Amino acid sequence: MPSNTEKDAYSGQATTGHEWDGIKELDTPLPRWWLWVLYATIAWSFVYFVLYPAIPGLTSYSKGVLGYSSRVEVGNKIAAARAEQGRFRDGIRQSPLAEIRTDDQLLRFALAGGKAAFADNCAPCHGVGGVGNPGGYPSLADDAWIWGGSLEDIERTILYGVRNDHEDSRSSQMPIFGRGEDAVLTPDQIADVAEFVLSMSKRSKNAEAMKRGAPLYKENCASCHGPTGKGDSEQGAPRLNDAIWIHGGSREAIIAQITRPKNGTMPAWSGRLDTETIKMLTVYVHALGGGQ
Amino acid sequence: MAPDGSSVTNELDGAVDVWSVREQKKSAKAGGTSHKPSSLYAKRVQVYPRKVSGQYRRLKWSALVALLGLYYVLPWIRWDRGSNAPDQAVLVDLNNERGYFFFIEIWPQEVYYLTGILVMAAIGLFLATSLAGRIWCGYACPQTVWTDLFMWIERQIEGDRSARIRLDRKPFSAGKAMRKATKHLCWLLIAFVTGGAWIMYFVDAPTVVGAFFVGKASAETYFFVGLFAFTTYLLAGWAREQVCTYMCPWPRFQAAMLDEDSLVVTYNKFRGEPRGPHRKGQQWGETSHCIDCKQCVAVCPTGIDIRDGIQLECIGCGLCVDACNEVMKKVGLPPNLIAFDTERRMAQRAQKEPQTYRLIRPRTVLYSFLLLGVSTLMIASLATRDTEGINILHDRTLFVRLSNGAIQNSYDVKILNKQRRERQFVLNTEGIPGAEIIVVGQSISPVPTVVLSAPADGLGEYRLHVRVPAKAITAGDMPIHFAMTDDVARKIVRATTFRAPQRR
Repeated sequence: MPSNTEKDAYSGQATTGHEWDGIKELDTPLPRWWLWVLYATIAWSFVYFVLYPAIPGLTSYSKGVLGYSSRVEVGNKIAAARAEQGRFRDGIRQSPLAEIRTDDQLLRFALAGGKAAFADNCAPCHGVGGVGNPGGYPSLADDAWIWGGSLEDIERTILYGVRNDHEDSRSSQMPIFGRGEDAVLTPDQIADVAEFVLSMSKRSKNAEAMKRGAPLYKENCASCHGPTGKGDSEQGAPRLNDAIWIHGGSREAIIAQITRPKNGTMPAWSGRLDTETIKMLTVYVHALGGGQ
Repeated sequence: MAPDGSSVTNELDGAVDVWSVREQKKSAKAGGTSHKPSSLYAKRVQVYPRKVSGQYRRLKWSALVALLGLYYVLPWIRWDRGSNAPDQAVLVDLNNERGYFFFIEIWPQEVYYLTGILVMAAIGLFLATSLAGRIWCGYACPQTVWTDLFMWIERQIEGDRSARIRLDRKPFSAGKAMRKATKHLCWLLIAFVTGGAWIMYFVDAPTVVGAFFVGKASAETYFFVGLFAFTTYLLAGWAREQVCTYMCPWPRFQAAMLDEDSLVVTYNKFRGEPRGPHRKGQQWGETSHCIDCKQCVAVCPTGIDIRDGIQLECIGCGLCVDACNEVMKKVGLPPNLIAFDTERRMAQRAQKEPQTYRLIRPRTVLYSFLLLGVSTLMIASLATRDTEGINILHDRTLFVRLSNGAIQNSYDVKILNKQRRERQFVLNTEGIPGAEIIVVGQSISPVPTVVLSAPADGLGEYRLHVRVPAKAITAGDMPIHFAMTDDVARKIVRATTFRAPQRR
């Protein structure tokens, strides 16, 4: 407590006793109602204690006479939002995919719903925005589709997945050509086939090997990947004459894939997601960049 | 007591002594024992302003009627905007994100017009203050207007100044309770109407009035009506001058706008002093015109004594001028002992020099030019603003390589259509040869030019894929322009970036 408090001659008000560069500060009292505001806020806090959950106990807490719960409120809000979305979800369920894609309102709803569902379920493998991930998780934003890029193809792939236990799963896979007792091709032959595959995207540098590989390709690979390497989405055989490679497009990567192929898998979503969500996902994936 | 002075006092005010708030605070302190530290809290000194009439009171009434009329009537004015749009002339439609002011409609991204209006209001306030002091505070501020109205009601129910003082000093009685209850009821009624009118600027007025009384209005409506009713009642009924002296920042720095040529409410000290009662028959001289009747204090809504000079609490309403002129007329002296006058004229009058008044001063010129400049800018920008616009946002995914080696970028495009009809826009890219566009929801094969529509007074939202052939890729970041042409061949071009791999 500063000791040199004094009365200001002009106002009659006591000073605080502090002095800065000859300037003294008046110890002006607060208005009384200011104090009442403080008391009012304290009183309000008691009202709040009574009305709302407030006081923690050892195992529980005081519930408040209003019975308010933020969880219940969130639940109500979600239910209200669902109800609001009802007519759109009905529209999604009842309309064919092609119609959803061209209907302005349904498309917008499907893209928004698909985006959320994709982030929750698909993005861990296929990446945010469906750009794919190294290790055989194909990009969904380009125009190369292993199992087909039409709306129906995409929906089927999502519904039943790839190479899993579901009875409708897409199941065909690439055989092992270069391992085991009864290997189909020798390492040299595999190198020649790889050279021929490289030539499809005009990257072969060894015409000799390419020529040797041509008949081997025709015999072993063309039935699925096609004589010109355009692939076959019915069998999940990727196109080979383009710029996109799931398991890598270098000579070494192609040799490795022929020798002992990696066959990617994907779970079936038909039991986990409802019909509308799968339809929204289909439209969303189709719109990512390369839908056919 | 001098017959002149005291008779005037008694006639106008009964026998109650008049003390300014400052004097009452001082005497409260002097009354306490001096060695005891003063209390941390001060009791409010109640102000009982007396009724007064005169030119400034008439001006204040006119301002009150005009401003309250504007406030309560404005939401009811209709303005036809065609179907699918509200027909209220002034409306801030928060739910649909539109602001309407007669023929002007603004979108949320045009909120800078509101900023412009606020800037104009600030400069206007500076200009008005440098010309005539705190006339905003005295005549136009909502706090002043509603307080004035509440005081008028108080006067109708509890009587004038001395009657109110006597009533407050009386012990509790049924009659006193009745008067007080009536007063507060009237206040609450006005407060409710005030809050009710406020909500009408945000929702359709006739609809909300209809819904309000049958319990069909939204919870927000009831909340905000209640909130504004409560604050009106509190601020105009109870807080009054304390809002100006404790809460409002404006009195603290308004002095910066004033100079010696600003008209402010002032007491002509050289003419009034030495103040004191005037004896009957005594000749009036050049000085000593103030008979110390304290009528200027009795009428003051903030309870100050203007004779102490210009002070923070003075709201510049000029009611003391009216009060003093009443007295001057009675005692047969010229008016304007207290007047709206400038410091310079006052000094000149005291020195018996010719009085001059300078309207054109650096600050008034500066404020006028600023005001003119900002207004011109606002009007020009409003008159020439576009009725369409395009926003382009690059997708989070930088780029995608397609099977033929082409690179694809995706964009979210929003087309703003501010006209009241659906419009078609032709969109194409410029700057990269061979670039083609796919619109999600339209054809799945790329085309150089697409047609996008936007609904009337709304947004057209689209997702676009732009494909650029491999041979056209020259750099990792390539500038690309989106050109949008409307149906009258007005063209808008937006520059953005097309991203591609650095190494191919």
